[in-house]
Formats: sequence, structure tokens, C-alpha cells
Amino acid sequence: MSALDTASAPVGRSDPGIGRPLARFSGFWKWLGVLPFFLFCALFLLAPIVTLTDGAFRAADGGYTLDNILALSSPNIVASYSLSIRLSLVSAALGTVTGLLLAYAIILGGLPAWVRPVFLTFSGVASNFAGVPLAFAFIATLGRLGLVTIVLREVFGFNLYATGFNLFSFWGLALTYLYFQMPLMLLVITPAMDGIRREWREAAESLGATRRQYWTMVALPLITPSVLGCFLLLFANAFGTLATVYALTGSNYSVVPIVLFQQIRGNVLYNPNLGYALALGMVAIMVVSNVLYMILRMRAERWHK
Amino acid sequence: MSFLKLSAVSKAFGANVVVKSFDLSVRKGEFVSFLGPSGCGKTTVLRMVSGFERPTSGAIEIGGRDVTHLPANQRQIGMVFQSYALFPNMSVFGNVAFGLKIAGASKPEIASRVKEMLDLIQLGHLADRYPYQLSGGQQQRVALARALAARPQVLLLDEPLSALDAKIRVSLRDDIRAIQRELNITTIFVTHDQEEALTISDRVVVMNGGIAEQCDTPHEIYNRPTTRFVAGFVGKLNNIPAIVVDPDAGTVRVESDVVTLEPRAVAGRKAGDPIVLALRPEAVSMGTRSGDVVLEAKVQEVYFLGSVIRLKVAAAGVSLSLDIFNRADAPPPDVGSTTHVSFSSHAVIVLDS
Ligand SMILES: Nc1ncnc2c1ncn2[C@@H]1O[C@H](COP(=O)(O)OP(=O)(O)OP(=O)(O)O)[C@@H](O)[C@H]1O
Ligand SMILES: [Mg+2]
Repeated sequence: MSALDTASAPVGRSDPGIGRPLARFSGFWKWLGVLPFFLFCALFLLAPIVTLTDGAFRAADGGYTLDNILALSSPNIVASYSLSIRLSLVSAALGTVTGLLLAYAIILGGLPAWVRPVFLTFSGVASNFAGVPLAFAFIATLGRLGLVTIVLREVFGFNLYATGFNLFSFWGLALTYLYFQMPLMLLVITPAMDGIRREWREAAESLGATRRQYWTMVALPLITPSVLGCFLLLFANAFGTLATVYALTGSNYSVVPIVLFQQIRGNVLYNPNLGYALALGMVAIMVVSNVLYMILRMRAERWHK
Repeated sequence: MSFLKLSAVSKAFGANVVVKSFDLSVRKGEFVSFLGPSGCGKTTVLRMVSGFERPTSGAIEIGGRDVTHLPANQRQIGMVFQSYALFPNMSVFGNVAFGLKIAGASKPEIASRVKEMLDLIQLGHLADRYPYQLSGGQQQRVALARALAARPQVLLLDEPLSALDAKIRVSLRDDIRAIQRELNITTIFVTHDQEEALTISDRVVVMNGGIAEQCDTPHEIYNRPTTRFVAGFVGKLNNIPAIVVDPDAGTVRVESDVVTLEPRAVAGRKAGDPIVLALRPEAVSMGTRSGDVVLEAKVQEVYFLGSVIRLKVAAAGVSLSLDIFNRADAPPPDVGSTTHVSFSSHAVIVLDS
């Protein structure tokens, strides 16, 4: 790069017009590596948002209308948003807490060295295990006739379903989500956990702090921004989940993606423009949670540049 | 009366014994350094004192109380780490206040003590800064203040200066010593830099392979090392091979000359034993009149170091280093010239061959 610049400098001095294209060319090369990213963003992030924003404000005949947006306030759609948000919040919270504890145990718990790679590898697989196979796996284990349910009943005399547990319920769904949420949390929080230095704990303990005081006063504040970020990621992950819910509960649990799915694929409820509006609502929720996250993060990280 | 006492402390990691029967007795207010090569167990001993490692055997006492099985957070110890280890989420004030807060001190109490400590390290004006906004030297000062704020019984420093550049190293070293004297706090300072250890310590423990080879004042360690390792590790040494002639008379033969040493220097050796006469560079002088042992020498190399000139000469079949003071009116000898060097037989350290 600098060789190019030097070579072009004398020419540039006598005639500024000649050196320029070369410089611009080298400037272009600098950006070449990230070009696919921008292309990708434009094609699969910006373009869809533009399309669905436009579609959300159009009627079936192509004219502009506010009907779709107004339809979002109809009771069953409000209910589906509410269900989606609650389910995502609960499963993200469960995933965050359990994943955090798991990460603590694996990274700072003094377990043998081989434990960590085993868990991380397994988590890499499990965090991507969703949809129909996951739903089937849970039905086969914790369904009414699932293996675990039967073993509990026959061997231990414990009737799981008599306790009010139902795999095809809100909490059953949350539990199923946990299967990929917890490993995902483990994967994304591991770097932050690795960043916690042993000296901090030792400094705190030598100053009289208990393990608990060290965690509440030093370690947790330090990883809070990362934990918030991971929580948001888990929230988004759950919010977009369609196949797992559908396979598990059919359309009994109308989370937003299912309602949306019905609008664009269904026969009875076919209304793609309402589907656009629903998707726009999801985008809005993601934007709000991201902004919230950034504000929280800035406040939590005021000790950083 | 010892304040900090280690009795036959050993530590093994699995089959690997890294500290072997370590004894140490430190007086109240004393400044003791651990000096030794990497991996000799300095940090491990320190971590046993602080409570982060359990001794495999032996006992540790602080202020007359057996703390061997006391958890680290009840030992009232101030620690300073090589990597500063300030809490990044707290300001300078917050860091220094941490121990006081844990101890349950009142707000005004904390404020006045923190101010006192920050004045002590001369960083009162930076109380609101965060660690990332400080230089390494400043961070280490804050770490020192943090360690001292809650009035610990013992201050432990593990290579606190190793991450700093040379100038700051020296000034902070002197400050640490001054503050330690002012507070009269019992201190252990770990380093692998001999100059550092010799400069600031009341006593130095020279460690090697998990063993305390010698524990004495810097003057004794330097001038009367008791083991070959200590002699070689601390300071530069000239080694002149010799043969014992008569141990009772203290005579030894260097090349063809017979030299008389103090008889106790060769006590316990037999006639004909090969030994090494070790000499510090500053104990050897040019000319024939600076001691009772005179050797013929040929100048091999001249290093001009400023106030001191270090010469390398060939004498007694080996190469010797010697230091002479620089004088404006006397240029150093030429390389290749022949001369005499002399030294006092009292300055000789006798070592096994
Ligand atoms: N937790 C541990 N498990 C196993 N071996 C250890 C452990 N801690 C230290 N050791 C070993 O003990 C020996 C002494 O280590 P230590 O850290 O005390 O040395 P040191 O004198 O402080 O060295 P340095 O100057 O490099 O800091 C080393 O060989 C090290 O590998
Ligand atoms: Mg060490």
C-alpha cells in the first residue's frame, strides 16, 4: 500500500489527476474484504425490511392502507405477541441463568481439564438442535407416553403428569426451548467468563471479601454487559422459533411466527399484507430490545472507553 | 520475636514437590525479599502465606496465631500482583475503599482513610479515575494503596515491578520501601531481579529449586554467600581455580604461586583438594599494591561504563573481570598491554571446584 502511494507521489505532484485514481483504487481494495458483508446485509436485512414495511401498509389490491397495522391490535394478535414475548422472556431468562451457572461450573469450578471441550462441543451441536427433531425428542421422552414419563411412573411410582406438568403447555415449551437456550448461553458467555482474572478474586479475598461478596461486587458487575447481551440473543432466538412450537403444539400455541405463517401460507387465513405487518411488529420488538440493551450496556460499562 | 513464621513448610503439586521444608522467621516491620530464578517456588510460598495454597506439611504463624488452616479472607493480608489486578469496574477511590467497605467501616471513616492512602501514594488528584485511565505505574500505586488501606498484618508483593519500565521501576521501588518504613508493615517482596532485592530489603532469601539456600542481609548475601548457587546467582563472580596446599596454614596454590588465605576459609578441606577462589569484580584492582595476592595479567577488553570502567584481563589461566573507577586524568589501559592485578586474601570466597 505504502509502496503504491510513494510511487504515485511524484506523478501526483506534477499532475494531481493521475495519482488520484490509483489512490482511490487502493482505497477500494481495502474495502473489498467487507463487501460481501454489506452485500449480505443489503440483500437479506435491508431489502426484506423495506419490502415488508411497504407491504405492511398496502391492501390486497396494492393501494396504501393502515388496516394491517390497525389489525395488529385485534385481541388474538395481541395475545400472540404477548405469548411470544412471555415465552421468549421466560426461556431466555431460564437459559441465561442455567447457562451462566453451567459456564461458571465448567470454567471456574475447578473441574478436570477435559470437561470444558466436551461441554463446548456438545453445546455447539445442542444449540442448533431445534425444530421437528427436537420436538420429537421431547415427545419421546417427556410426552404422556414418553420414555422418562413411563420410567418415572413404572419404576419410581412418580406420575409426572399428575403434578400438573404438561409438555404441550407454556412451561413445557419453555422447557423444550431450554434445550437449545442453555447450550447457546454457555457458548456465548464463555469468552466473558474466560476474561475474569484469578487475581481479581484473590485480591478481593485477601481484602476480606467472601466468595459471595466478590461475585456481587466485582465479577458480576464485570460480566453484566455480556450477560445482558446474551440474554437478548437468547430472547431473539426464542422469539423467532417456529418449527419447534408448531411440531410440539400444532397451532394451539399461537406465537407470532405461527400466526404469521398462517397468514402467508395458510388457506383459510391467507393475508400476506397482515403477515408483513406482523413481521414489522417483530422487527420493532427486536429494535426496541436492541436499543434497550445498548442503553443498559453503556450504563453497565461506564468504566470502559 | 518473629511476627511471621514459616516452619518446615512444604508444598507438592501431585508428585512434584515445589517447596521443600521452608523455614522463615520475619520480624514485625521487616522487609524480606524472595530472590530466585523462575520456577523456584517464590510465588508458591507467597500464596501459602496468603492462604491461596494449602501447605502439604508445615505450619504458618502470623502475629503468634497459627493461620495454616485459616481461609485467605480471614488472614488480613495485603496483596500486590505483578498484573496490578485492580477492579476495572471501580474507580481509584472504589478500589482503595474496597477492603474498608468489606470490613464494615463507616462512610466518613472510609473517605478519610482513602484520602490518607491516596496522599501517601501521591495520587489524591486521580480518585475518580478508572483503572484503564491510569498508567501502569499509577495502577500499581493504587494497588499498593488498596492493599494497605485496611491495615493488613502482612504485605505481600509478587514481582510488583516486573511489568513496569526501568525508570518507573526504580522510583516505585524506592517509594514502596519508604511507605513500608513509614507504616512499619511486615513485608515479603518477591522478585527475580537481584539488584531490586539487594537494594530494598532488610533480608534476602535466595531460593533455588524450592529450597531457601540462604537467608541474610544483602551485605552478607553478597559478600559471604554460603552456597555456590547463591554466589553465582547474586552479583558477578570471578572464579580462579586453586589447589589446597596446607589447610591448617590456609595456603593454596594458584598456578605456580602459593597464596595464604584465612585458615577458616579452607577449614574442612584436605591437601590436594581442588577449589575455586571466587572474587567480586570490585575486589580486584590494577597494580601490585591493593592486596596481598598479586597476579600477572594481560588486558583483554575494556568496557567504559561511565563512572566505572570494567576490564577483562587474562590472569591465573582464566579470564577475570575487574572494576576500576573512571578518572579524568588517567585513561584506561590499552587492550593487549600487560600489567598486574591484586586483591586481598580476605575478599576471597572459597567454593567447591
Ligand atoms: N497450581 C499448580 N499446579 C501444578 N504445579 C504448579 C502450580 N503452581 C505452581 N506450580 C509449579 O511449581 C513450581 C514453582 O512455581 P512458582 O510459581 O512458585 O515459581 P516462581 O518462583 O514464582 O517463578 P516465577 O519467577 O516464574 O514467577 C513451578 O515449577 C510450577 O510449574
Ligand atoms: Mg512467581
